[in-house]
Parts: sequence; C-alpha cells; structure tokens
Amino acid sequence: MVEDVRIYGGWKDELGLKVVPSKKIGKDLYEVFIGPQHPGSGHMRITVRLDGDIIVEADPDIGYVHRTMEKLGEIRGWIKPIPLFERMAIHDACNITMPYVLAVEKLMGVEPPLRAKYLRSLLCEINRIGAHLYGFAIFGVFLGHSTMYMWAMGDREVFIELAEALTGARLTHSYPLPGGARRDIPADFPDMARRAVNYMRKRLKEYEKIFLNNPVIRSRLEGVGVISKGLAAELGIVGPNARASGIGYDVRIVEPYDAYPELDFEVPVFREGDALARTMVRVEEIKQSLRIIEQAVEWLEKNPREPIVDKYLYGKYPPLHKKIMESEGRAKLLPISAAMKVPKGRAIGRAETGRGETIYYVESDGGVNPYRVRIVTASARNAIAFKYVLPGHKIMDLPAIYGSLDYFPPESDR
Amino acid sequence: MLQAPSRDYSSVLGLALEKAKNALSSKGIVFSVEEGKGFYDIIVEREYLVAGATALKEAGFDHVVSLTVTDYPKEKKFRLVYHLTSYLDYEIAGAIIGLGVEVPRSDRPSVPSLTQVWRSAEFQEREVYEFFGIEFEGHPDLRPLLLTPPVAELRPLRKDFVVREENIYEGVPKSG
Amino acid sequence: MQEGKAYVGNLDVTAKRARDILLGKVPLDKVVDWATSFSLWPVHLTTSCCSTEFAATFSPRVDGEQFGALPWVGPRQTNLIIIEGTVTKKMACAVRLTWEQMPAPKFAIAMGACALDGGLFYNSYNIVKPWQVIPIDIYLPGCPPRPETLARAIVTLQRKIRSKKVASTWVREGWRGDIEPVIPKEDLCGWAAKSI
Ligand code: SF4
Repeated sequence: MVEDVRIYGGWKDELGLKVVPSKKIGKDLYEVFIGPQHPGSGHMRITVRLDGDIIVEADPDIGYVHRTMEKLGEIRGWIKPIPLFERMAIHDACNITMPYVLAVEKLMGVEPPLRAKYLRSLLCEINRIGAHLYGFAIFGVFLGHSTMYMWAMGDREVFIELAEALTGARLTHSYPLPGGARRDIPADFPDMARRAVNYMRKRLKEYEKIFLNNPVIRSRLEGVGVISKGLAAELGIVGPNARASGIGYDVRIVEPYDAYPELDFEVPVFREGDALARTMVRVEEIKQSLRIIEQAVEWLEKNPREPIVDKYLYGKYPPLHKKIMESEGRAKLLPISAAMKVPKGRAIGRAETGRGETIYYVESDGGVNPYRVRIVTASARNAIAFKYVLPGHKIMDLPAIYGSLDYFPPESDR
Repeated sequence: MLQAPSRDYSSVLGLALEKAKNALSSKGIVFSVEEGKGFYDIIVEREYLVAGATALKEAGFDHVVSLTVTDYPKEKKFRLVYHLTSYLDYEIAGAIIGLGVEVPRSDRPSVPSLTQVWRSAEFQEREVYEFFGIEFEGHPDLRPLLLTPPVAELRPLRKDFVVREENIYEGVPKSG
Repeated sequence: MQEGKAYVGNLDVTAKRARDILLGKVPLDKVVDWATSFSLWPVHLTTSCCSTEFAATFSPRVDGEQFGALPWVGPRQTNLIIIEGTVTKKMACAVRLTWEQMPAPKFAIAMGACALDGGLFYNSYNIVKPWQVIPIDIYLPGCPPRPETLARAIVTLQRKIRSKKVASTWVREGWRGDIEPVIPKEDLCGWAAKSI
C-alpha cells in the first residue's frame, strides 16, 4: 500500500536524490515521540499521531520510573515500607504514606490520640501546599513562564522549612506511624507557621496578577483540555482534576480520616473542566490548606501535650522511651516493631493526596510481612486522561494539558 | 465550594452494599460477600462477571478505583477484584465495593475484560496483564504498560517470583 | 554619515600578542577547561524522585545559576547530565541515548543513594546502576541530597575539570578514555534484561 505513505523529510524522486520515507503508520498521519527527555518533569513518553498539527491519537507510554514498590512492600515488614512508599511522591511524603498507615491501623485496631491526628493533618496540609506549588513550578516550565517556576519554587521553600522544623527532614519525613506520629511540634513552630500562612496569602494575590490573570497564560489555558463531568467519571479521574470538572469528591469528606472531621474547611469545585479550572482549583486548595494549618496550629498550642502514640502501644514502651516521649515529644520506634505481626485480614486505606485520592489495599496473613500491598496512586489513575483528552487538540496545547493535569511520573509508576 | 458535611462512612458503605446486592440479585446472579476493613467484596463466578459488572454500572458504580489481584499459590488461584465506587451518585459516592472472581492458576489464566464496561479499567488491566500474566479477553489493546517486555515475562508480582531481602542474620553460621 | 577615522592597529602585532596570550602565558588548554567548567548546562532528563531537589537547586534559594549551571532543554545544547536517582531498565536506554546526543566534552553527576548502589531499591528487579549506563564523574550521596549538596557537587566537578584538565584532554584526544560504561547499548535498548 505505497499510496498510504506520505513522505516527510524526503526529497522528490525526479531530482535523482534519495527518497527518505518516514515510518509508515497509516494514512496521512505523522508520529511524534515526546519524551522521556523533555522540558518539564520528564520520566514519561507520549506517542502522538498528528494530522497536520492536530493530535488524532495519543498513547502514553509510562513506566519509566517503575521501582517495584508493590513487590518490595511485600518483603520489608510492616514499618519499613513507610519510608519506601514515601519515595513515590517525595514532595508529598506525608500524604502518600497516610493511606498505608491508615490501612495498617485498621488491621491492627489501633487509633492514634487526637493530638497525633492533628499533627498528621498539619503535616499533610503543609505537604499539600508544597505539592501544589511544585505543580505550578513545573507548569511554569511547560508554558515557558520561568517567573512562575522561580516564584513557586521559592515559596515552596517556606513550607519545606516548616516541615523541616516539624520533622527534621526536608522531604522524606516518615512522619506517620501506625497508631501515632513521630514528633510533637517544637516550641517556636506556631509562630513560624503563622508567618508562613500570612506570607503565602499575600503571595497568592501576586500570583493572580502575574500568572492567573496574565492574558497570555489565560489564552493558552482557557477552553483547552476540557474534561466533562461524564468523561471524568468514566475515566475515573481523581483529585483536583476531577474537582475542576464539577465532581465534588474529596476523601477528606467521603471517608474522613485523622483530624479532618474536626476541622473547618471547604472543598473547591469548578465546573469548566479546562486547564484553567484545574489550575484555579489548586489555588483555592492552597487557600483552604492555609486555613487548616492555622486551625491545627491553634489547637495544638491550646491543648496540653500528651503522648502521641496509641494508648495500647504506649503501654508497651520501656521507661527510657517513655521518658523521651515526655521530655521531647518524640516517639521512638520499639525494637519489636522490626518483627511486628499484624492480625490477619484485608483493609483498604485511602487519603486525599495533593494530586487526588490514593488507595492502598493491604492484605495480611498474620505474618511479619504484608501478604499483598496494592497501591493505586492519583497520578496512576490520571494517566489514562492523556489518551482520551489529548486527541482533537493542537500539538502546541500538549504542554498546557500535561502541565495542568499535574502528572507526577514516580507517583504514577510506583 | 463544598462545605465539609460530617458523613458517616459505614452507613454509606452499608447502603452501597444493599444497592449492589439488589442490582445483582435482580439479574439472577449468584454471589457471595466477603467483608474487609472499609469495603465489601462481592465474589461471583466467572460466567457472571460481565453481567455483574453491567448490573453494577447501572446501579451507579461508575468507575474502577483499583484492580486488585492477589496470588495464592497454595490454593492455586488468583483472586481478582475490581474495586468500584461512584462519583455521580451522591448517595453511595465513595463507598468501595469490590466485584471479584477467582481465576485458577493455569498456564494461561484469562478472564473477560471489563474495559467495555468501565473505561477506567483499561490501564489497570494492562498492568495486571504484565505483572501476573492474566489475559483479558476482549481488551482493545493488551500490551505491557509499565515494564519492558523481557521484565514483564518474569511476571514479577506472582508469589513464585522471589526478591531476596537482606537480613541481619545473613552470613552468620547457624550453629556456634 | 559623519566622517571620521578608524583606528586600525597593526594586525601583525595584535595577532602575535593574541598568540602569545593563548599559547604562551595562558595555555589554550587552560582556557578550554576554564570556559567549560563555568558553562556546565545540565540537560532536562529527570530519572526519579531526586528531581525535586534538582529543581530546588535551580530555584531562587540556592540558585544554581550562580555557578554557571543552567538546566536546558535539548541534549544538543547541554554538556552535563545529572542522573537524579534510580535508573530503571526502561529509562536506561533513554539515558544512554541522551548521553550520546550531547556534544563532547560532557560530564555526568550521579545524584542520590539510588544512583550509587541502588539505595532503597537495591534488590528491585527493575533497576540498573547509572555507572553501568554512562561514565560518571561525581557521585553524591543522600536520599535525597539537599540542594546545597548538589550545588557543591557542581562546584566539585568544576574543580575537577580544571585541576585534571578533563575538558582539554578530551578535546585534544577526541575521547576521554578513562571511564567507560559497562553495558553495551544493544543490551540497554534492545531490552535484553537478562544480561543486565
Ligand atoms: S536517592 Fe532517594 S530521593 Fe533519590 S531517587 Fe533514590 S529514593 Fe529517590
């Protein structure tokens, strides 16, 4: 079927030059490989087929960062997977390990004290802001808007500093434990947090001026990559991307965990479903997270310090560990936790991470290792959007759509 | 903007289970229910899988959250569960109900694909195909998703593919 | 147009002076090394989660640009590749292809515990070590390394280039020859997983 081949980048035969046909891929289509080396956060390849400059078919080729989390989770006991799973979304570390911890808690039948719950929610929200700002930064790179990259990255450091003051690590906090949290807040933390919140509120107004209301950015985002409500439900899109399409779904509401039932916050929902709406959802979410941080810090300040692990587990602590907990507010891991056994059963834990709902299915056969850990992260569920949203758009819209979906490959590939 | 209402998850889950049960039994499908922490699994026979999926979709379970497969080499079976939930039906939104089937651990295990029922299962079925070697009949595009073909041939998530973990007693002689 | 005078020096003298500077006082080698070390442009190839700290290095707080390093888009305009953590078997081919597209003299930094010997994923079935794929100049430990560490690594690489004359040797001899990657390209890109 020679007539099917269109020649790109070749010369005409009559001139006596060599004909270099492009790959034969059917009628009048041109295949472009994008990635895994590309500007923006890489690690992913999309094969798009073009008719002119319209995308007719997109095939996301993911898995460049598949690091076998599910398999390694089966052989490392019950505690060691926490730092392991954290590596999936390293700037969203508390959120991404939360569902695992919740699932193990369900299996063990332990319940953290309220103070630990507040601490965990506090860190989750700090992480959420960090994750959204990281998303903006990458989005800025995609759109060639380097100011946005610089600003968002710079402001993210404020919240990284905050998390560092709370946990001692910039990114890999390993903060939640089954039945508790690792550290209480340091004395100067509330002040720091309030200043960070005020600073960020001020900055968000400036973001609006330079990024969100910027006519160039608007014209690139408005009406681009529209996901209708029905399509979002059909594809199972999660998180801010679903909420931009009018689906009011947030795990913090449908299955409240930690301190969220006690906190006062709203879940922003937009109806437009385009790239701009997805961006706006994140901005609104940052505002809500700031509110939650304020409330959590106030609660933690007002209420007396108490041991931040489950009562039953605390009863098993040796005196030295108890002393450390009382004087420094630090939960030391028990030596036996290395060979901890968890009752038989199946549990599903889920939490709202920065990019959406993450779910862990944990099955225990009563042994020292989980029998099966199934992880479905938010990005993994959003990956399918590329296949069904990109077709029909111009290839120049691809960066805008990719960036607005806030897709993070290590999280998606697990 | 959505104000956070206090919502009792267990009652929503109970309602969703009722709904799913009604949907299945009205189609004359035989099933058994297994309870997990935070969800219910409805296990059906293989021939009822597609009919059951269609019934559940009509009942409002509009997307697949997770396609969970567990390998039980001793019992010679895979347990394959589509964990479902709903976005659009507010009554049951968020409740996780699993529709599952047990697949014998034969040379080429296969089940009918549910991609035609739930688009959101498409990538997850490809994933299960590469990790467990379970074939989905009627899947539009069954290729490995995350792995390169040679690695996918190892079927890494089956229990007989063993990854060794260093332990503290490694290299220490047993006696003495 | 105004009339004026153009002052043209004695070309012979100027050429002689330039030659003296380049060959006599300051050897050309040194100029090459000096210039290369202050224009290390890392390519945008993010292999794993260390990329978050890579991004933070070039953000306002640490400002990697002050060391003359600026992440750039295409491999053709870059001469530094920073391996950000784990390299999976699927990614290994992309790393090698990117490396081959970069013009010499080129350098590589392996960032993170994963890039040293696997780190947390040491027994995973889907990873390779970056030193098996491309020759590495600087290793930096940490999981993830702090941005300051990466900035430090860039400075260390600059020192190495200047003190060991890596760039000029490379330019003169065509190939550096001291370190070679382990796995042949056919195996990486043909996905012959068994031999890795
Ligand atoms: S060293 Fe740590 S942070 Fe870096 S890629 Fe490896 S796991 Fe991720």
